[in-house]
Amino acid sequence: MSSRERPLDRTTDAPGAELLSLTGISKRFGKVLVADRLQLRVGDGEAVGIVGPNGAGKTTLFSMVSGDVAPDDGEIVFGGRTVTRLGAAARCRLGVGRTYQVPRPFENMTVFENVLVAAQYGAGVRGRAAADLALAVLDQTGLLPIANRHAGALTLLQRKRLELARALGGQPRLLLLDEVAGGLTDPEVEELAGIIAALRASGLTIVWIEHVVHVLVRSVDRLLCLAGGAFIADGSPEEVLRDDTVREVYLGGGPELTAVDTAGPGEVAP
Amino acid sequence: MAIGDALLARARDIPVRRAGRSTRWTTVGLGLVVVVLAYLPYVAYTTVTDRLVDFLMLLTMATMWNLLAGYAGLVSVGQQAYVGLGAYAVLQLSDWGVQPYLGVLLAAAVCTVIALPTSLLAFRLRGDYFAVGTWVIAEVYRLLIVRDGDLGGGSGRSLTTLSGLDHTLREALTYWVALAVAVLALLGCYLLLRSRLGLALTSVRDNETAARSAGVDVRRAKRVVYLVSAAGCGSAGGVLLVSSLNVHPDTAFSVQWSAYMIFIAVIGGIGYLEGAIVGSIVFFAVQEIFANYGSWYLILLGALAVIGAVWLPRGLWGELRARTGAQLFPLRYRVDTPVTAATPVPVER
Repeated sequence: MSSRERPLDRTTDAPGAELLSLTGISKRFGKVLVADRLQLRVGDGEAVGIVGPNGAGKTTLFSMVSGDVAPDDGEIVFGGRTVTRLGAAARCRLGVGRTYQVPRPFENMTVFENVLVAAQYGAGVRGRAAADLALAVLDQTGLLPIANRHAGALTLLQRKRLELARALGGQPRLLLLDEVAGGLTDPEVEELAGIIAALRASGLTIVWIEHVVHVLVRSVDRLLCLAGGAFIADGSPEEVLRDDTVREVYLGGGPELTAVDTAGPGEVAP
Repeated sequence: MAIGDALLARARDIPVRRAGRSTRWTTVGLGLVVVVLAYLPYVAYTTVTDRLVDFLMLLTMATMWNLLAGYAGLVSVGQQAYVGLGAYAVLQLSDWGVQPYLGVLLAAAVCTVIALPTSLLAFRLRGDYFAVGTWVIAEVYRLLIVRDGDLGGGSGRSLTTLSGLDHTLREALTYWVALAVAVLALLGCYLLLRSRLGLALTSVRDNETAARSAGVDVRRAKRVVYLVSAAGCGSAGGVLLVSSLNVHPDTAFSVQWSAYMIFIAVIGGIGYLEGAIVGSIVFFAVQEIFANYGSWYLILLGALAVIGAVWLPRGLWGELRARTGAQLFPLRYRVDTPVTAATPVPVER
C-alpha cells in the first residue's frame, strides 16, 4: 500500500464502513424520470454489480456519482463527505474513478500520457512519482508494451483497458466500471475480469454496470437491478437473478432461464 | 490502494524521456534562426526589418490564438480587445513617463490584469456564444477608449516620446522588441505546454469531459490560457503602436486582427505550436505578393482559408506531422518499455 500526498483530504474509514451513500437521488431528462428517489449504500471494499435494461438509468446513476451530471434532488455522500455539489474533477481527487461505456481516450496523447494526466491531477502526485504510478497502472492493466502508442490508434479492447487504467491512475477508493466488458470477445472479457478480480482482492471498492452477466455474477458480492429509475432488487447475485420481477423486466425470459447463474460463456442481452 | 508496491518498484526502473535525439539539433537550428534574425538590422535595409516587424507581430498574435483555440478550445473572435488595449496601454504608460519599449513588455501585464475580470464574464458563455461574446467585449473596450479624450478619443493619437530617437536606431529597436516579443511568446507557450499544466491542457483539447473525470480543473486550465493569450496579444498591440507610432481605435480594435489570427492558425495547423510559424509565413508571403491586387487579395485569402479548412483540416503542419512525424517543439513523453514488463506480478493485498 502506498501512502501519497493528496490534494484533498480523504477521510479514512474503518474497513467495512460505508464509502458511498445515495439518498433520495432523483433525475429527470425532460419527461423521462431516470432516477426516482434512489437509495444506495456501498460499503468500503465491497464489489457491487448493477444490471438493468437499456435506458434504466444506469449510466446516469454513475454520472451523478462521478459528478458529470447533477441530480435534481437528493444527497450523495462519499467517504463521509457530502459531495452532491462538487464537480467531477474534485470528486476524482477525492477518490471517485470512473470509466465511460463508450471509451473517451485523449486520442492525440499516448497511452502513457493518458494515464499520467490522471496520476498528476486525480491522484495529485508530482514528478517522477506520477510517472511511476502511471507506469505501474499500465503494467497492471497490460498496457505497458504499448505505452507510447497514440490512444487514437487503439483497438476496442485496448481502449476499454485504457479507460480502466486512467481511472486507476487517479488512485481511486471507488471504481465505477461502466460496461467495460461490452463488445469484447470471451477471452478478452476473461482477461479484463482477471484484472478486476485482482483489484477487488486488493481491497478496492467497485461498482460495476455490466450486461455480460455471467462474468459480473462471479465478480461481485452484491447485485442490484435497476429498472425505470429505481432499484427493483438488491441481494446476492444468485438471489437477484432468481427474482421473478428481475427476470420479467431485465432477462425478459420465463422461469426456465437459469443458465445465467454462474458458468456459460453466452452474453445475456436485455 | 489498488496499485501494489511491487508494481511501483518495478515502474521506478523504467526510464521516461521528454525529447528525442533530434531535439538537440532542432534547438541549435532554432537558436541560429533567432541569432540571424537578431543580427539583421546591421545588414538589412529598414524596409526589410520594417516588414518583418509586421510578420513577428502577426506570429505573436497567431501563436496566442492557436494556444487559445487549439488547446483550451476557446474560439475567440475578440482577441483584438487585447491588441487594442496593449497599444493604448503603451500610449498611456508613455504619458506617465514609461519608456515605450519597456511599455511593450508592461502591456502584457496590463492586459493580463484586465483579462482576469473579463474572463469571469466571458467564461459564462460557451461555444458560439463565447466567440460572439468576446467580439462584443472587444467592442466595449473600443468604446471605452473612444470616450477617453486624453488618449485621442475617436480620432486616435500619435506616440511622440520616440521621435527624439534617430530613425535607423528607432527602427532597429522596434524590430528587436518585436523579435523579443515573438520569441518570448513561442518560448512561453512551449514551456507552458511542457509543464504539468500543459499535459492537462492537451487532455482538455482531446476530451473535456474525460479530462474533468481524470481530476483536471478544466475551468482553471482554460483561464490560465486565456490570461496568457491576453498577455501575448497585449504585447503584440504594443509592437503595433511603436512600429506605426500612432494608434486609432478603429484599427487597433479591428476584428481583422482576429481574422488574421484565425487564418494563420487554420492554414498552419491548430493545436501545433509550429502551425503558427508556418501559417504566418504563408500569410505573409501571400500578403507580400498579392497585396497590390486590391480586393482580389482578400478573395484569394478567403479561398485559401476555405481550401485549407476543407482539404487540410489539420493544417499544413498537421499534415506534415502526420506524414513525417516532424516536430520542432517536442512535447511528448517517451517510455523506454522494458522487455521484462511481460512477466506478471501478483497483486498483493
